[in-house]
Amino acid sequence: MENNNAPLLEMRNIKKDFFGNQVLSDINITLGPGEVLGLVGENGAGKSTLMKILFGMDVIRETGGYEGEIRLNGQVVKFATPFEALAAGIGMVHQEFSLIPGFTAAENILLNREPTKPNIVSQVFGPRLDTLDYKAISQRADQAIDKMGVKISGDMVISDMPVGHKQFTEIARELSKDQLKLLILDEPTAVLTEKEAEALLTSIRNMSAQGISVIFITHRLHEILSVCNTVVVMRDGYVVKEAPAKELDVQEITRWMVGRNVESAAAAEVRELPDAKTIMSIRKLWVDMPGETVRNIDLDIKEGEILGIGGLAGQGKLGIPNGIMGLYEAGGTVEFEGKPIPLNSPRKCLDASLAFVSEDRRGVGLLLDESLEWNVAFGAMQIQNKFLKKFGLFTWRDERAIRAVTDKYIDELKIKCTGSRQKAKELSGGNQQKVCLAKAFALQPKFLFVSEPTRGIDVGAKALVLEALKRFNREFGVTVVVISSELEELRQCCDRIAIVSGGRVAGILPATESSEAFGTLMVSQVV
Amino acid sequence: MKRKQTSKVSLKRLLQDNSVPIMFVLICLICLPLAGYSPAYLLNELVTRMGRNTFLILALLIPIMAGMGLNFGMTLGAMAGEIALILVVDWQIWGIPGIILAMIISIPISVLLGLFCGNLLNKAKGREMVTSYFISYFMNGVYQLVVLFLMGSIIPIMHSTLKLPRGYGIRNTVSLLSMRQQLDNLLAINVGGVKIPVLTFLIIAVLCLVIVWFRRTKLGQDMRAVAQDMNVARDAGINVDRTRIIAIVMSTVVAGFGMIIYLQNLGNFPTYSAHTQIGTFSIAALLVGGASVEKASIGNAFLGVTLFHMMFILAPEAGTAITGDSMIGEYFRTFVSYGVITVALIMYESRKHRAKSQTGYLLALAQKEEEARAK
Repeated sequence: MENNNAPLLEMRNIKKDFFGNQVLSDINITLGPGEVLGLVGENGAGKSTLMKILFGMDVIRETGGYEGEIRLNGQVVKFATPFEALAAGIGMVHQEFSLIPGFTAAENILLNREPTKPNIVSQVFGPRLDTLDYKAISQRADQAIDKMGVKISGDMVISDMPVGHKQFTEIARELSKDQLKLLILDEPTAVLTEKEAEALLTSIRNMSAQGISVIFITHRLHEILSVCNTVVVMRDGYVVKEAPAKELDVQEITRWMVGRNVESAAAAEVRELPDAKTIMSIRKLWVDMPGETVRNIDLDIKEGEILGIGGLAGQGKLGIPNGIMGLYEAGGTVEFEGKPIPLNSPRKCLDASLAFVSEDRRGVGLLLDESLEWNVAFGAMQIQNKFLKKFGLFTWRDERAIRAVTDKYIDELKIKCTGSRQKAKELSGGNQQKVCLAKAFALQPKFLFVSEPTRGIDVGAKALVLEALKRFNREFGVTVVVISSELEELRQCCDRIAIVSGGRVAGILPATESSEAFGTLMVSQVV
Repeated sequence: MKRKQTSKVSLKRLLQDNSVPIMFVLICLICLPLAGYSPAYLLNELVTRMGRNTFLILALLIPIMAGMGLNFGMTLGAMAGEIALILVVDWQIWGIPGIILAMIISIPISVLLGLFCGNLLNKAKGREMVTSYFISYFMNGVYQLVVLFLMGSIIPIMHSTLKLPRGYGIRNTVSLLSMRQQLDNLLAINVGGVKIPVLTFLIIAVLCLVIVWFRRTKLGQDMRAVAQDMNVARDAGINVDRTRIIAIVMSTVVAGFGMIIYLQNLGNFPTYSAHTQIGTFSIAALLVGGASVEKASIGNAFLGVTLFHMMFILAPEAGTAITGDSMIGEYFRTFVSYGVITVALIMYESRKHRAKSQTGYLLALAQKEEEARAK
């Protein structure tokens, strides 16, 4: 029985614990048809867990289910699998892409739901031998794309698409499901450029106008304010604030999220280092990093400074450290302390006392299945023979020294964990990022590249990470290059900021320069 | 559905991608004058061998489409075809009815073996080629058990001409005289001294049409999706394991038919070794036609059969002309088969690698041009 007066979705008194560790307590959320709900909170606040419960993900059932009840249109539902949630009209777009690279957008949008035509053979052997109705496929895909109000060609192959189009294709796949009533978007704008993100916000408004409810999770707070009806702020497993978006501003949401006042973009003590000698000079560097191509870059980095490299997504700023450190194919010359550094050879860079905290922390940065101790000490052990004891012919790991250094960084960086023996994969994103930093610090490098140190981590952790970088630079005189998409964050910690646009350095300005000046540079050579 | 392609095709790229077929064309061109065969003889041989082998090679296409690589699962189908033929010969059903009956009997055996192989391969995802290779060795043992010990003792075999003198087990060679080239001769036409087995080619053509049609079915689409990303396919609700098993079962059934067509052309078969190298030769032929581990078309199969057999017809004579020893041909056959598979596997990896470095090279080039312009 459907009750038309009931809201589309009600979550009542939702509780969830992972083996005694309470991660959600008494969550109540109500969402009407066509409403957009913004869900914000620090990492580890419980947003993802809540969405996993709603979507019936396996991990929830495997860890003992949840308490409380979920009502869809007034009826209590309990999904055992994501497929049941899909059937009930809930769609979810995850952070990672889930697309078949060699298929067209249309084929992906209707994957496993292709309209088919029966034929003689399929009447004998079953519907899997029905022929595909390509015309209907492209028609229905176009309809779904139209719902978003963006222009994407349905017959474009996924592997040829820019990231933004892939994201839209994923959303279109959910929209093409006729039963769709509620769409969950988990940080959909994290990988998008400003322009693409703006288009996505427009399409969220379009969906809402067509009666589809949206739960929108993001760390970009101004997006929440511009598109949501209601904002729900979570902290430590509780809903701490639920209010119409109209009544809130970014500062207020941030306050609720962290439970304390965050000083807004305080101007850093910017230093000018006119006498500092050049520690690294980059000439004619090109880097072939997919989506972050670098072309013909000349750049000088001064000893002891913190240099920021900013720019829009996809313009090449990430390619610079990845190319120099040998993770992607590169050419040109790089001199470090007057000596040339061979490109395409990560080991040589590390030997020269360079270190790199990758933006891909799960892939490159961490040994996910190993303990924090291992993660922190591994690099130093491999490259500098640190934390090793020699007994004649044999070399042993110095467990005590490893434990000590790990505990020191857990303490300094305030890494939330059960102890130095915990596995890296069990930590939340922000804490994993801190472990990556600790790993680089343990190398005691002369020069440190930090790529997107705050991507996907919350406001509180951000401040801590930036503070740690600053302290590392000031105390040990280490030259730090921070690469980040967020200009404000660069301005908080850097001395100078280089802006990369269209794969080239568009200009270098002191961090005190106005945002407008940086903004102009960012769009100057966009390709 | 039309697809927008953004990658450009250059001549150099074309040569690189087709280096194996080009190499074989060159070998054939060199051997051609040395062998000194008349065109009619050459064409006759070629057409016979195409009719004999093409069906078998087409059996490889479906597992490749499902992302299961160059799959030796077809060897199991070949065994099923042989067992069916032994039974039909014993029952003395001759000619076309015998061939059709053998095909029908081979189906359940092929399906059973295919299910077995498919289930095992699902436990070894990503290593299908080597796993299927060893499954075929293992199954060869089971085949020997059945044919050498069970046939005549448990499975009734009536005619002693088929049995070993000890009373059970099948002789080393099974004669198919009663159905020799029956399929090939029916409807055969003679064009300028070249016998064309029209019916066999018609059967092959029907299989090709079925494959083309199959690509456009839901199941075909699912297989292509599974081939590219199993996790995405699974999240979309496609039963990945089942789809893969179906692909292997289809391949073994087609291979069973293919083996029967192959053996009726030859007229007899060595009971214990007919299937041992059929997988290797078929895969080598497909690769010679320009296929790769992840991509193969009907065109690759035809080109491959033509070039591969052209070489085998020419090599012994050319070898004799050069060295005076005709054994060189047989040596060549094995050597080239294994060689071409090895080369194809290495090329598969290096092509992936090259695709990566290609863009870097272009970037460096663009930068140089830019500098030159600036000067």
